[in-house]
Amino acid sequence: MSEGIGRLAPLVPLLPGLPLAAGLVGLLLPPSPRGAATGEDRARRVAIALGVAGAAGALLVALALLTRVDHPVEASTTWVDLGGLRVTLGYRLDGVAVLVATAVAAVALAVQVYSIAYLKRGPHDDVEVDHRYPPYAAQISLFTAAMLVVVVSGDLILLLVGWEVMGICSYLLIAHDRRLPEAPAAAVKAFLVTRVGDVGFLLGIALLGVSAGSFKIADVLAHPYSTGTLTAACLLLLAGVAGKSAQFPLHTWLPDAMAGPTPISALIHAATMVAAGVYAVARLFPLFERAPVALTVLGVLAAITLLLGAFAATAQDDIKRVLAWSTVSQIGYMTGALAVGSPTAALFHLLSHAAFKALLFLAAGAVIHAVGTTLMSRMGGLRRGMPVTFWCTVVGLGALAGVPPLSGFWSKDGVLAAAEAAALDGAGPTPQWVGWLVWLAGLLGVAVTAWYATRLLLRTFFGATRIPLADPHDPPALMRWPVLVLAVPAALLGLAGFWGPFIGRIFAPATEAELTDFGDSLTHLGAAVLLPLALLLAGAGVAWAGWRRDSAADPARFLGPLRPVFARAFRLDDVQHALVVRPTNALARAARTGDELGVDGLVEGSGHAAVGLGGGLATLHRAALPRAAAGVLAGALLIGLAVALIGVAS
Amino acid sequence: MTGADLLLLALGAVAVGAGVLVVSTKHLVRAGLYLVVCLGALAGDYLVLTAELVAWVQVLIYVGAVVVLLLFAVMLTRAPIGASDDLDRPGWPAALIGGGSGLGLAVLLVDAFRWSRVELPTAGTADRLGEQVFRSWVLPFEVLSVLLLAALVGAIVLSRPDIGRPGPVRSATPAAGDEGGRA
Amino acid sequence: MRPVVPYVTAALLFGLGVFGVLRRRNAVLVLMAVELMLNAVNLILVTADTTVRAQLPHAGQVFALFVIVLAAAEIGVGLAIVLQLYRLRASVAVDEVPLTEAPTPVPAGVAGVAADRSAAGTTGGVDGPEVRG
Repeated sequence: MSEGIGRLAPLVPLLPGLPLAAGLVGLLLPPSPRGAATGEDRARRVAIALGVAGAAGALLVALALLTRVDHPVEASTTWVDLGGLRVTLGYRLDGVAVLVATAVAAVALAVQVYSIAYLKRGPHDDVEVDHRYPPYAAQISLFTAAMLVVVVSGDLILLLVGWEVMGICSYLLIAHDRRLPEAPAAAVKAFLVTRVGDVGFLLGIALLGVSAGSFKIADVLAHPYSTGTLTAACLLLLAGVAGKSAQFPLHTWLPDAMAGPTPISALIHAATMVAAGVYAVARLFPLFERAPVALTVLGVLAAITLLLGAFAATAQDDIKRVLAWSTVSQIGYMTGALAVGSPTAALFHLLSHAAFKALLFLAAGAVIHAVGTTLMSRMGGLRRGMPVTFWCTVVGLGALAGVPPLSGFWSKDGVLAAAEAAALDGAGPTPQWVGWLVWLAGLLGVAVTAWYATRLLLRTFFGATRIPLADPHDPPALMRWPVLVLAVPAALLGLAGFWGPFIGRIFAPATEAELTDFGDSLTHLGAAVLLPLALLLAGAGVAWAGWRRDSAADPARFLGPLRPVFARAFRLDDVQHALVVRPTNALARAARTGDELGVDGLVEGSGHAAVGLGGGLATLHRAALPRAAAGVLAGALLIGLAVALIGVAS
Repeated sequence: MTGADLLLLALGAVAVGAGVLVVSTKHLVRAGLYLVVCLGALAGDYLVLTAELVAWVQVLIYVGAVVVLLLFAVMLTRAPIGASDDLDRPGWPAALIGGGSGLGLAVLLVDAFRWSRVELPTAGTADRLGEQVFRSWVLPFEVLSVLLLAALVGAIVLSRPDIGRPGPVRSATPAAGDEGGRA
Repeated sequence: MRPVVPYVTAALLFGLGVFGVLRRRNAVLVLMAVELMLNAVNLILVTADTTVRAQLPHAGQVFALFVIVLAAAEIGVGLAIVLQLYRLRASVAVDEVPLTEAPTPVPAGVAGVAADRSAAGTTGGVDGPEVRG
């Protein structure tokens, strides 16, 4: 088949290239004039065309490659040669890369189309037309391009470039809505927190590349590192992964990032930003396999993140924050699968998660669009007014909770089966207790996920309506169709686990150890499935029972005193504030004071001293004639005396 | 000791004595007159040193012009006739510096020449000096003439305050006002 | 001839001149002391002309002539300044000369020009509109 890719090889650079070009051209567009009628001005139309064309082009390229690629191909040219340290410009394409690229491009296209209608003045909306649509669409294109670079890159430096561009794009897009007071703070927080991790990522890449003498991923994977170097490098990489993928303890930015527009949340959560960390670990998994310490750390973090996110999601009132915390939790499943040694299960969950989380966010956007608020306490009873959104949300939440036969069921079951194998049989590179930790946390997570998914559905779509005036209705076609189209993979992607070509592609980069430990089957139907299913029913049943008793009240009231703790995510924000933000601020203040008093004081003091000295000298110079004459003549006398004495002495 | 030496010694003593009186007398007019004595004694010195032309120029310009000008200035500034008490300020720094420079120079010169002896050249004439001035030193001579002209103009401008400055009468006219505005 | 005699005479006269310049308060007397110093230098030049063999003959005497001319110019300008000082302040004491100029009533034309200049300076000196970050 590699001769098949031979003809398609020139297409590979187009994969990130098309959205990149669309984004760069889009940034040149002028903003829409402020008073323009919605959708009437040319800049907006050009921006829409560019954004959609870029994403659609990338999707077509990805699909074309998907039909041809089944085993790894790569090509590269030398970019720079830093004294024997070669940085290459190239791609490394395997089945997984193309699958993820397809998912990214598909979600990006859905988001681009959805944004056309979402960022537009509604009939009852009196706020100004969003005149910054052109940069918004261009930034989405850049974001997509950066993620695609990360996906197909064959070189760690190129991967880092895409990684960093994603960071700046997320910053710009989260801060897009300038009317929200919290948006700039959320953007800065996202940028800073991920940046903390990125420092580790950069150092890890440097360590790997310098030790191997090349930054090419193939060379790095083949290089025999010493255990110490490898463990250190993997731990450093994990810092970056934790930042981008919102893993404990760097997860705090993700819920705050909900200040961004809802399509951006869908993009960040489903396709680009948070998936990048998991994908990077999966890409470099042969290295992690040889560093069980790093995987153990990852496993512990995954278990913490999984439960933390799930419990935090139970008590949120903001629909987007529920989904955000569910993302944190689901990414915990993926990193858990990576930790027990099964990147294939992680990537399968990543793909299905991309589908159903994009669907959920876009559906939530439709709800927010119709209701005008993000608070679930002011929704309710929307089922009748918005049937399409309702059914799509049911599919998405079912997939999230893991209801068979929706996609989430199969992929989450794959993760749990891998963890179970690691726990019971000692499979995988990590110690057995890590498997137990991930497995138990995953099982508990299933129940909690079912509970909050049920709560979200009931609070939003069932019961009596809590909005007196509005007349909720399904969104316009431009928003409805992306949601409907995304519902298809959200429902059916799990069944692809039975389809040969899909299995072949997703197992393409799998290592021998993984295949012997976990088998080469994506789906695991057996008695073990019954345990998660029982937990799922229990979680959903408890929530439903609570709602039945009083359909107007929030089921979260049963959490009792834990509710505020969960709502504030175990106060980790406060901990972070106390441990990092305040000392940093104090340090900044001290530095500023030192600068103002010390450095500035020195500079200004020397200026003052010079001025004062000059003034003093000027006063000395303004002497009356007698004193001046006495000075001049005495000086002349002294000089003459000195000359005479020197003459005598020599 | 030759006659020339005795003559130089006597004339020097007269010059220094008159100089002491110039800087110490309490009568303004007498200071000018002692200056005449001092400068005349110096002219005698020049004659002994065979510099006839310099001696006569000294008498003509210094004694004849400069001292007269100084006496005019003394009179124009309404100097009191008789002794004045406010001519001097406390003298010790002046004595220190003046004595230091005078005695220091004297010591240097004595150290340099000891009691050596030179033959005086034959008495010079204006002829030889004029040849030097107009042959070797003609450029400085011309520059000096320009300097004298500048001093002349400067003295006139300084002593005539109504030259070169707009008086109140001129500036009150509209034309002068416009000129000022343009400036 | 012993050259040391006129040399020492000149040195003593120079010292007297320095003493006089520093001691005297009256500007005319200060000028007289300056004349003493100049004459001391002249004496040295003329004596040197006889005792030191120079490249050009009689250079010392030529210089003495030049110094006399300079002294004449100096005394002319100096006396003009002294008389102007006396006209302004009715005194020729050098240590009563003020170092800062007293504010004098400015003629109308000059005042107008000054006002124009200051106005132009104000408008030109104001910075552009404040730039906000």
